[in-house]
Amino acid sequence: MSETSPNNEPSHSQAHPPAGSLSSDQRAAYWSRNIRLLVSLLLIWSVASFGCGILLRDWLDQWVMPGSSFPVGFWFAQQGSIIIFVVLVFIYARRMNGLDREFGVAEDED
Amino acid sequence: MDVQSWTFVLVGLSFALYIGVAIWSRAGSTKEFYVAGGGVPPLANGMATAADWMSAASFISMAGIISFAGYDGSVYLMGWTGGYVLLALLLAPYLRKFGKFTIPDFVGDRYESNTARIVAVLCAIFVSFTYVAGQMAGVGIVLSRFLEVDQTTGVLIGMGIVFFYAVLGGMKGITYTQVAQYCVLIFAYLVPAIFLSILMSDNPIPMLGFGGSGVDGVPLLQKLEGLHKDLGFDSYLDGSKSTIDVFMITASLMAGTAGLPHVIVRFYTVPKVRDARKSVGWALVFIAILYLTAPAIAVFARTNLLDTVSNQPYNEMPEWFTKWESTGLLAWEDQNGDGIIQYTGLSSSIPNELEVNRDIMVLANPEIAALPDWVIGLVAAGALAAALSTAAGLLLVVSTAISHDLLKRAVMPDISEKGELRAARIAAGVAVVIAGWFGINPPGYVAETVALAFGLAASSFFPALLLGIFSKRMNRSGAIAGMVCGIGFTAGYIIYWQFLNREISAADRWWFGISPQGIGALGMVVNLVVATVVSRFTAPPSVGVQAMVEDIRVPKGSIPAHEIEV
Repeated sequence: MSETSPNNEPSHSQAHPPAGSLSSDQRAAYWSRNIRLLVSLLLIWSVASFGCGILLRDWLDQWVMPGSSFPVGFWFAQQGSIIIFVVLVFIYARRMNGLDREFGVAEDED
Repeated sequence: MDVQSWTFVLVGLSFALYIGVAIWSRAGSTKEFYVAGGGVPPLANGMATAADWMSAASFISMAGIISFAGYDGSVYLMGWTGGYVLLALLLAPYLRKFGKFTIPDFVGDRYESNTARIVAVLCAIFVSFTYVAGQMAGVGIVLSRFLEVDQTTGVLIGMGIVFFYAVLGGMKGITYTQVAQYCVLIFAYLVPAIFLSILMSDNPIPMLGFGGSGVDGVPLLQKLEGLHKDLGFDSYLDGSKSTIDVFMITASLMAGTAGLPHVIVRFYTVPKVRDARKSVGWALVFIAILYLTAPAIAVFARTNLLDTVSNQPYNEMPEWFTKWESTGLLAWEDQNGDGIIQYTGLSSSIPNELEVNRDIMVLANPEIAALPDWVIGLVAAGALAAALSTAAGLLLVVSTAISHDLLKRAVMPDISEKGELRAARIAAGVAVVIAGWFGINPPGYVAETVALAFGLAASSFFPALLLGIFSKRMNRSGAIAGMVCGIGFTAGYIIYWQFLNREISAADRWWFGISPQGIGALGMVVNLVVATVVSRFTAPPSVGVQAMVEDIRVPKGSIPAHEIEV
C-alpha cells in the first residue's frame, strides 16, 4: 500500500550531479538497501497492528498473555502494537545511521 | 487547601512557567519563527512533538472513548501511534533533507506548481482550524469547570496565553514551551493513573495493572466484561464495530497522522537528517507513555463508575456526582421513580436513566476514586497544557501558511525578512482570535470535521509526499490529479454520510461497511492509483526536479533550512 516501485528511475538520471560524493551506482545501492530495510520493518508494523491487533484478533483471543488476564489479540491492539512501533522506529534510525556511515554519506559531527 | 485553591495554584504556576519560557526563547528571525532556527536537539523536539500532537482530545477524551467503546477504541491507540512509523520511515528524514519550512513548500517545489502549493495551503489551513476549534473549546470547559469562571472567560484566558507565546516566540517559543507542557501533562496524566492502579489492582504500573487481578482477586478485565454483559452494554473485549471498519479506520488514522502539517513541520526544526530519524523515535516514546496508560485508565474508570453508580440510591451519591450534574456532562433522570440509578446498555430490558459524557472519565476520575485534592488540580493543569500546546502548534501552521506559503512564495515574493516576520505575527494574532471565536461558539459537529481533517490528510498530503519522495517519475499532472480525486472521493463520502444523510447513516448502507471515519484509507488508494496512471501518460518532471529527488534521498550535504536558493 505504501510502497512505490523503486525501479522506475528514468534512464537519463546518470547525467545528474551526484548527491554527496556518490556515484550513481552507489546511490542506487544505498537506496535499494534503504527500501529493503523499510519494507521489512513495515511488514512487522502491519503484522503487529493490522495482523495481530485486528485480523487475527479473534483467533489470538483464545489465549491470554502470560502472567496476566489480557486476551492476546486485545493486548496487541491496546498495548503490544504500540510497543512494537517504538522499537521499529529506533531500529530504523540505528540501521540507517549505520548505512550512512558505510556509504560515507553520514552527516558530519559537530 | 481545598480543590479550588490547589487548582488556582497549579494552573497559575504552569502558566507562569510557559510565559517565562516564552520570554527566554523569543524569535528574532523568520527562520527562528518558522523552524526554531533548525537547532532543536532531537530529544527536546521529541517532547515538543508529543505535546504538539497530544491535544485536549488525547488527554481529556481518549481514555473516555476507550472506556465506552472497549476494543473499538483500539483504532485510536494504533492509528495515532502507527502513523509515526510511517512518518519515521517514509517522510521525516527526506523532508528534513529537503529543508525549507512547510508542506506546501515541498509540494509546490517538487511538483513545480503554484496551484498545487495553494491547494496544499488551503488544506493545511482547513485541517488546522478544525483542530484548533476543539482545543479552544477544551480550554473553556476545563477552566469553567475547575476555576468556576464562565466558558467565554475561560477561552479568553486561554487565548491570551497562546497569543503571548505564539505571536512573540514563533516556533522557537512554542517548541520550548511545549517541552515544559509535555512534562506537566504527562505528570498530570500518570499520577492519577498510578493512584488508581494501586487502589484497584495493587500494581503501581497502570499498563500492567489493568490486565492483573483486582484487589478482590477477580481479574479486572473479566470483572468489567461481566458488568458490561449484566448491564446490557456491548462487550468490552470485543467491541461492536466490524473487522473491516476497524481495519480501515486504523489505516486512515495512521496515514492521516503521517500527513498532518503541524506534525511534519516539527521535523524541520532539528539540525540533521539523523536527528529527524531519532527525533520521531523520541516523539513516539513520549506519546506511547500516555497512549499505553489511556486503556488502563479506561478500564479503571469504567469499573469504578459502574461500581459506584449502578443500582445505587441517588441520594447516597458522593459530592462529585451533583457537581458534574451541574455542568450537564452527567445527567440522571429517574424514569421509574424509584430513586435508584439504573445505568444500562441497549440490550438490557431495564431503561437507562443515566447519561455520562465521555470527557468526565478523565476529568472526574480523581474525584470518583476519591484521590487527594491536589491531584484534581493537577489534572486541570495537565488538560490545559495539552490543549494549549496543540493550539499553539496549529496556529503556527496557519500563520506560516499565510505569511510564507501564500505571501512570500506565491503573492509577494519581494517581501523583506522583516515584513514577512511581521506578517507572520499578524497572521498568528488573527488566527488566535478566530480560534477563540470557535472556542466560544463551538460548531456542533466538531467530531465530524475531525474525521474530515484526517480523511483529507490521508487522501491528499500523505500520498503526494510519499510519491514525491519515492517515485522520481511522479509529475505535476499525476500529483494534482491524484490529490483532486483523493480529496474529492473522501470529502464526498464524508459529506454525504455525515452532513447530508446523517439520519440514515448505518453500517449496512456504507460501501463495504466502511464508515466515513475509515474512508480516508480508500481515498489514499484512489490518489495513489490515479496519480501513478496519469503520470505514466504525461511527460516526466524536469531534470532539476529529478536531481532534487536524488538529493533528498541521501543525507550527506543536508543544507540547513533557508539556505537553499530557489
